[in-house]
Amino acid sequence: MVDQVSTSVGESTFDILKHLGLTVDFLDDQTCCGQPAFNSGFRSEARPVAARFIKLFEQVNGPIVVPSGSCAAMVRNYYGDLFRDDPQMAERAKQVGERLFELTEFISRYFGVDAITGKLNDSATYHKCCHLLREIGMNEEPIEMLSNIDGLKMTTLERADVCCGFGGAFSVKMSDISSAILDEKLDFIEATGANIVIAADSGCVFQMQGGLRRRGSSVQVVHIAEVLAKSLRNVISTESAE
Amino acid sequence: MKPLTLNFRNKAAETMGDKQVQQSLEHVYTGFFKGRLEAAGDTPEWEELRDKGKAIKDHTIAHLDYYLGMLADNVEKNGGSVYFAENADEARQHIIDLAHARNIKTIIKSKSMVSEEMALAESLNDEGFETVETDLGEYIIQLAGETPYHLIAPAVHKSRLEVAELLDDNYKSGDRVPDATELTMMAREKLRGVFARADMSVTGVNFAVAESGSIALVTNEGNGRMSTTVPRVHVAVMGMEKIVPSIQDLSTMLRILIRSATGQRISTYVTMVNGARASDEEEGPEEFHLVIMNNGRQNLLADPQLRESLNCIRCGACLNACPVYRKVGGHAYGWVYPGPIGSIVTPVMTGLKDAHNLPAASSLCGACLDACPVKINIPRMLLELRHRTAEGSADTAERTSSKAERGIWKLWRAGMMGRKRFDLGARLSWLLLRPMAKNGWLKKTPPPISRWTSTRDFPIMASSSLRSKLSKRTKKAKS
Repeated sequence: MVDQVSTSVGESTFDILKHLGLTVDFLDDQTCCGQPAFNSGFRSEARPVAARFIKLFEQVNGPIVVPSGSCAAMVRNYYGDLFRDDPQMAERAKQVGERLFELTEFISRYFGVDAITGKLNDSATYHKCCHLLREIGMNEEPIEMLSNIDGLKMTTLERADVCCGFGGAFSVKMSDISSAILDEKLDFIEATGANIVIAADSGCVFQMQGGLRRRGSSVQVVHIAEVLAKSLRNVISTESAE
Repeated sequence: MKPLTLNFRNKAAETMGDKQVQQSLEHVYTGFFKGRLEAAGDTPEWEELRDKGKAIKDHTIAHLDYYLGMLADNVEKNGGSVYFAENADEARQHIIDLAHARNIKTIIKSKSMVSEEMALAESLNDEGFETVETDLGEYIIQLAGETPYHLIAPAVHKSRLEVAELLDDNYKSGDRVPDATELTMMAREKLRGVFARADMSVTGVNFAVAESGSIALVTNEGNGRMSTTVPRVHVAVMGMEKIVPSIQDLSTMLRILIRSATGQRISTYVTMVNGARASDEEEGPEEFHLVIMNNGRQNLLADPQLRESLNCIRCGACLNACPVYRKVGGHAYGWVYPGPIGSIVTPVMTGLKDAHNLPAASSLCGACLDACPVKINIPRMLLELRHRTAEGSADTAERTSSKAERGIWKLWRAGMMGRKRFDLGARLSWLLLRPMAKNGWLKKTPPPISRWTSTRDFPIMASSSLRSKLSKRTKKAKS
């Protein structure tokens, strides 16, 4: 999704990690972790794609950072189930999983929630994406991170931890239920009066933005990586102007 | 109860279009969900209690034969009878036979989901016994001729106005503002007479204690206590998993059950029954019968991937937490147990083929696992059932996926197995969709994505992939 649709999320992740002083490598051969097929029940289709992912990332050392709690959860929490009849592969999956982090988790764990001190004049609210919250365990950390951005006015979103209704293939397969759940989310979003909604998973971003656009709302939904990177760019451009 | 699981989509759509029911379902979140959060927050050892509860249930289910034997022995020692029913038909027939043999006229029921599996109240009425539900919610549902909407709040979908119309024969819409207290008093008056003349009761069992042969009932209206003391015959029905080894375990389970169900620290009544009246006692029923039902639970027990669902204590917390349940309501699930836990036990107990939509009806948000007092990993089991509907396990009769669906995922795999194909697929989609897009978004798309665009705009691919953007950057940096 990030590679082919929201490429700016990937570029932003790249920029943030570089800003933190890291050498960042993008494995050109990567495609997908296999989650879409796995979540739809098609494990025999997901398995080779997951195995490809494992083999690819075994070739490099160091932490693997993904700007998605959902993909991180797939590798860390569900590869074990996917390879439950193949203990050797399950073990290799576990080892890759131990090096794999979601972006905000990686930043808050190794650099602290105050590591990014950018600047962005806007008003925003934060939606807690389900897999980042419940599978990876990032709750208030991303909000703390955002509150360190100079000029960004954060408003609390009511029921921020309730699902937006995306759920991958569920959003198409059970479109009416997915939309009913989304509607409730969008009502709470519009009630905040914020200009932007920040979320940490591209799927949820599409779901909420797609719904807001259809409502004719001007509220923008942006990925947290984009916000953090933009806030850093603003500091750099101010500095170079001075 | 006859499963209507095949009807999931229609019933869900109907409920989502019903403004009044949607409003009633709000209470599931604002009342029950928030109540549980508050009660858990006020209990410093909450997480330890959950772990303890899980350990108790894991242990009991792993040694279920042993504890069922112990329970049966002790119930009989206390002077009661025990009947093991293989299925709902056997259980129902046993209870009907008991009633006929004792010339019973009036039967009062206290709330029991297991009795719903047997459609017991309806069957007993058909047999000629006056049978009345005594839990207020169940009573309302019985008057409406419906089935429970929620594990602990059977009439949660009913508005006060509807309840007034059901309870008050003289009620005329718009006559007066229906008042909850007044309506409850009205039901109470009607039920008092039934309690007085009842000669048999059927109750559920929240927990059966193996070491003492006792059963525990959790109620808020006192109807459980009336049912277990007034009539001369007491029949208790339970699923075979509703058992704890000891009284100490019971105390742990009660603490997590009640907090998770209603957010109360303790329910108004907790009734313990050790069987019928002893020879030196003056009050209580003359007979006590315990009916322990299998009805497909053996299938869950024999299934290592789904066995954990037998740990469920029917508190309803996963329903309250579930964004899908809060939209589609309880009846959409088509059988006795709605919500996330229902989406696991219903397919196994009634057949996955008809119930294939149940495990699919989840965004996998994980709120159910978070809410479960015994930490049942519901999302994991939903994924397991999806796997069976998609690809079939040992028994291919489970497979309900269409040929087209299987084809799509095969194609998907092919696209993901090589970077060149991956890029090519994305570029082709971009070329195809770009003419229809405005500012990178689509209003209309061909199937199956048309299901998305019926309510939401859809994003198109970026003009080039992240890989090519990053490699351009690197080249720029080098030059």
